Amino acid sequence: MVRVRGSGHGNLHDRRRFLGAVGSLAAAGALSGCGSPVGQAFTGSAGPPSLLNFWHPFTGGDGAQLDAMQSAYRKENPGVDLKTTTLVWGAPYYTKLTLATLGNRPPQIAITHVSRLPTLAASGLLREISGSELEEHGLTPDRFKKAAFRSAHHDGRLYALPIDTHPFVLYYRTDVAKKAGLLDEAGRLTDVDGPEKFLDALRAAKQATGVWGGSIATVKDPATCWRLFWSLYRQLGADLITDGGRKVVMDVGAAEEALAFIHRMAAEKLIPPGADGDGGAITLLTSGKAGFLMDGEWQLLAVQGAVKDKFDMRTFPRIFRDAPYACAADSHAFILPSAPSEKAQRAGKALEFARSMLDESLLWAKGGHIPAWQSTERSDAYHRLEPQAHYRDAADSAAYDPAAWYSGADSNLYRRFSDVVSSVVGGDTRPGPGAARMRAAIKDLAGMEAPV
Amino acid sequence: MSTSTSVHLGAGTGAPATGKPGGGPGSGTARWTASGMLLPFGFFYVLFLLGPLVYTAVAGFFNDSLVKDGTGEWVGTANYAEALASPEFWSSLGHTLWFTVLTTVPLILLALTLALMTDRFSRGKWFFRLAFFAPFMLPSSVISLLFMWIYADQIGLAQGVVKWFGVNAAPSWLGDPDWAMISIAAATVWWTVGFNFVIYLAALQEIPRDVYEAAAIDGAGPWQRLRLVVIPMLGRATTLVAVLQLVASLKVFDQIYMMTNGGPDDATRPSLLYIFQTGFTDGRAGYASTVALLLFVIILLISLVWFALIRRTEKEG
Repeated sequence: MVRVRGSGHGNLHDRRRFLGAVGSLAAAGALSGCGSPVGQAFTGSAGPPSLLNFWHPFTGGDGAQLDAMQSAYRKENPGVDLKTTTLVWGAPYYTKLTLATLGNRPPQIAITHVSRLPTLAASGLLREISGSELEEHGLTPDRFKKAAFRSAHHDGRLYALPIDTHPFVLYYRTDVAKKAGLLDEAGRLTDVDGPEKFLDALRAAKQATGVWGGSIATVKDPATCWRLFWSLYRQLGADLITDGGRKVVMDVGAAEEALAFIHRMAAEKLIPPGADGDGGAITLLTSGKAGFLMDGEWQLLAVQGAVKDKFDMRTFPRIFRDAPYACAADSHAFILPSAPSEKAQRAGKALEFARSMLDESLLWAKGGHIPAWQSTERSDAYHRLEPQAHYRDAADSAAYDPAAWYSGADSNLYRRFSDVVSSVVGGDTRPGPGAARMRAAIKDLAGMEAPV
Repeated sequence: MSTSTSVHLGAGTGAPATGKPGGGPGSGTARWTASGMLLPFGFFYVLFLLGPLVYTAVAGFFNDSLVKDGTGEWVGTANYAEALASPEFWSSLGHTLWFTVLTTVPLILLALTLALMTDRFSRGKWFFRLAFFAPFMLPSSVISLLFMWIYADQIGLAQGVVKWFGVNAAPSWLGDPDWAMISIAAATVWWTVGFNFVIYLAALQEIPRDVYEAAAIDGAGPWQRLRLVVIPMLGRATTLVAVLQLVASLKVFDQIYMMTNGGPDDATRPSLLYIFQTGFTDGRAGYASTVALLLFVIILLISLVWFALIRRTEKEG
């Protein structure tokens, strides 16, 4: 019995010793960790001047390209301690960026979609980039693609440096297209512009595959639904909102016409009534069950990995001729979230990093994106890049999202409009009532009290 | 157990075995020790539970914005008026309740059935215990990913199986507003049935064998033994399972957020996701706080009523 007690006491001592050890370890960690991101999170200190925190939402193929670009920077700047944080793309990324900035612990540099710029800038979360800073780092406006650089402004002030334009494009299987008689002598896709011509092409491809003509992700993929609708709607020359999203100027007739075209593709069973956003739509193309895929160019590496060179890409077809050609697009851009002090901001170092990344734009282009950096975009190396070079014109016709606190990448607007598009493709909603639902949704969003 | 130890301890050290005041650790010191030991817990409880709760209640009266410092302007009960008049608030609450019905009922009945069947095995019981419990050990992200592939349109297993049975137009499991919630509920049942199953199995093993024998000798058939002996004796387990399940289902978020993010047409958006979207996507923290507080009150009321109902039937039983 005494032994039982004895061993019990021993355990107690062991436990105390253990807890003590853990405690002192934690304390030591907290003290020595002021420079580490974790320590900084607690103390809010600026961190050592060599530290450069960089946040981005790139995973998959984009993430791999970005890693390669960063290793070039690391090699040239051994004195800089570059700490990269990858967060999952979507609304939560912007929430985290917002809260980190409000909590005075922002990264020195981060990636944003320019479609999210209005909300971030209007909330005072971003540091303006001045003309003299641009001069100093060789980042003058003439070195960027015009449309992309314009999109990096809010209220006439520059808040971001775009690295690319990423449009909604058309992928096609060359073997299917050949079988369907859609290729000319040079092996290029024949004319698919105009509603009838594109439907004919889809019909021919459906004959060739025996399953579907084209594929598009309309289930669990609000962004793709939005891009399809927005491309068609902008080709009809219609606007949606003005005055920072407070005023609705929607053209219900144009929306109905755009939805009617989407409805025709689905009703004729040229596209599936619901292809999955988590790889389903792409798999239909790569497995030869569809000849066309309407998607963003960033799927390039995924498609390439699956079918090698049996595919090609081009700009999204010009379905309507009511306005200059337009295709839904966005740009990734570097931003400097406002830090509490100049010491924590380290704007010079951040811009230097941005410059280095822009110089590596060719690597970024290999992932599918159209470079905004003119010296890369005009280079022979990029022009020789296939199939990337086949859709590079899209950057000049980029239809960016309308500015509002509820619009932009993975926003409420995407969700509300995509519900209608998805329902039209699924055959549950007719174009007329669909357009009316869109109008009700945008009225509702515009009437809500803005958080900015 | 504890009594015998203390007696032996006393004998071993030769100290008086009685708990005289002043002898050994005094009662005053003991009280301070107890409070001291509770202090770390109390600190975190106040910091991470009571504090935020009070803050939520206060923020609900302001037009608090996520993207701005401070609480914003005082708006009185405007947020409450907006929430209670909002069809989105009521539809999301409806989806939460629909999900609760879809999951709670099968999760209790299925768990009981599986436990009864497993209990009949004299050998190899461990295998069934493991097999039914294993899915519960997987994190929600794994389950979501798994079922997103199974339910995927055009390429998924579920559509393939249905087609194999001769159905031409297989439903879009997660893409059809009529099917999406049922699909998610089915995945949830498969995922979490193991927990209730283990509780039932343990309760079944508590029932003494002689009770069965006595009932059998009295002429009760197998069905009567199940209905009149086993199920009443599982009453306490059923109460526990039913209450835990109800609360868990009312709090659903993870798998829906990952599998459909509330779509299609908001048909699977539960209240928690509505709060998340208004608070974190739209940045309307004040309004989201109001909705969160309303949901808290509603869950509390439903749980209390449910608990009272079950306790009463248990007593009657």
